[in-house]
Amino acid sequence: MSLLAVTEVTKRFAGQHAPAVDSVSFTLERGSALGLVGESGSGKSTTARLVAGLIKPDAGSVVLDGTELVGAPRATLQAARRELQFVFQDPFSSLNPRMRVSELVGEGLLVHGIERDAAKRRDRVVETLESVGLDSSHLDRYPRSFSGGQRQRIAIARAIAVRPRVLICDEPVSSLDVSVQAQVLNLLGDLREKLDLALLFIAHDLAVVRYLCDRVAVMNGGRIVEIGSRDQVYEHPQDAYTRALLDAVPVPDPARERARRSALAASRSVTAPGVNS
Amino acid sequence: MTALLEISGLRVSYPGVDEPVEVVHGVDLVVPQGRKVALVGESGSGKSVTARSVLQLDPDATIAGSIRLGGQELVGAAPKIVRGIRGSGAGLVFQDPLTSLNPVMRIGWQIMQPLVIRGVSKKEARERGIALLDRLGVVNAAARFDDYPHQFSGGMRQRVVIAIAIIAEPALLIADEPTTALDVQVQAQVLELLHEVADERGMGVLLITHDLAIVAGFADDVVVMRHGEVVESAPVDELFAAPKHPYTRGLLGAIPRLDSDPSVRLTSVADYVDTFETVDDEPAAPAAENGAAR
Repeated sequence: MSLLAVTEVTKRFAGQHAPAVDSVSFTLERGSALGLVGESGSGKSTTARLVAGLIKPDAGSVVLDGTELVGAPRATLQAARRELQFVFQDPFSSLNPRMRVSELVGEGLLVHGIERDAAKRRDRVVETLESVGLDSSHLDRYPRSFSGGQRQRIAIARAIAVRPRVLICDEPVSSLDVSVQAQVLNLLGDLREKLDLALLFIAHDLAVVRYLCDRVAVMNGGRIVEIGSRDQVYEHPQDAYTRALLDAVPVPDPARERARRSALAASRSVTAPGVNS
Repeated sequence: MTALLEISGLRVSYPGVDEPVEVVHGVDLVVPQGRKVALVGESGSGKSVTARSVLQLDPDATIAGSIRLGGQELVGAAPKIVRGIRGSGAGLVFQDPLTSLNPVMRIGWQIMQPLVIRGVSKKEARERGIALLDRLGVVNAAARFDDYPHQFSGGMRQRVVIAIAIIAEPALLIADEPTTALDVQVQAQVLELLHEVADERGMGVLLITHDLAIVAGFADDVVVMRHGEVVESAPVDELFAAPKHPYTRGLLGAIPRLDSDPSVRLTSVADYVDTFETVDDEPAAPAAENGAAR
């Protein structure tokens, strides 16, 4: 049995003609990583939110470890939220600016009744901070005194403090510098291994997903247009949209980029002569 | 090749608590006529401050050294001269098309401004604005000319920003992280567009970015900055083939690539700069992250 099974989930927002998420199905195995890729508006973030129970689907089912979450009673959802933790895109708006790091990271432990004793909770917060490359000297500081990369580490610590089995990351590195992005990607890969975490990783950049995920689902217009293993999708993309996304990833190699540009110019002068004089 | 932009010994400081804080410490940089130069570095490296000092956009910045645009010295120049080069000497594309456009003004009005303030008639400015927007790939440009920014997607908004930057035909285009806020596909389109328009008009380009991956396909020369200083500058092929400075190697190793082995760990700048060799462990000191906030 899969750890997480999402089946034909559909969501249409009020006032919209087309559903934002249209009959999306996938599974996530224990300790595996699935990348959900697509452009803005493809429905990937909405899918993440549906899975996390942050919004309710119009139809479909989300089963976590054998328990149906859609339409489940409050207590079931509360328990599921401990297992399904979320890391948001922008660490500048996802962390309450008036909470200290100790409160931000310890909140889940308190809410879920995992560690009611303040001293023990503090120990656990420090332990969690150390696992993301921060330490006890950061406990009493507010988010404002941290850089973007450090804030995202705090957000990750907040998510993993309650020992979830699924970590849903919605573009967790797209607001970071490339060098800081590399550190956060390495961290997520390490945590996945160490904590046996399953990752649902949302991104628009296929190169980032390839680095972290063993399976990839490509979304376009609310639907999954292609899903498969990393090698399948990257080496033998079946869908035209997947190929277009792959083509758009810049390659840090000047000669190859020049070849690509001249191929592009050549194909354009064949199809539309005179446009690019 | 004559130098279009020649920056030498540039120092920029801002008012601090007790004394001014210097953030750019003697930068040398040349953009030859019609060439594309990428200025690369992390947040806080001083790359944007360097670029913005060309147009002297920050009133509280103290600028020393020399900035010559088309032979004219701008450091210490009269405000009137500096105003004059904004738009027609050098145009600037900002990072975030959401905040760099005025939300309550029609985009056409904003595109026409650089011409109108130079005495071009509204009729002609409008015609040239529509033609430029059309060239930049905005479908149905004439009908959309009177739309507001919120009616455009991110990529289309950035085309509007580019139109504003180049309509007065500057010899130099400064693009400060022009694609960072965009999706990968839109990023590729906007970069290609900048490339084409620069070539058509013989514009020199100074591209500011933290992402070396996009530099490979765009720039002729690359200048790498760190902590307010230039650590390496080289033609693009040379820099990618044989990066000399450890910091540059760190930046290159941090890029997730489609053509590399995904099981090989990404490096970060801290791996290189602190030890001058690759280490496996995540650096404990977040030194490389300081100032990474955007």
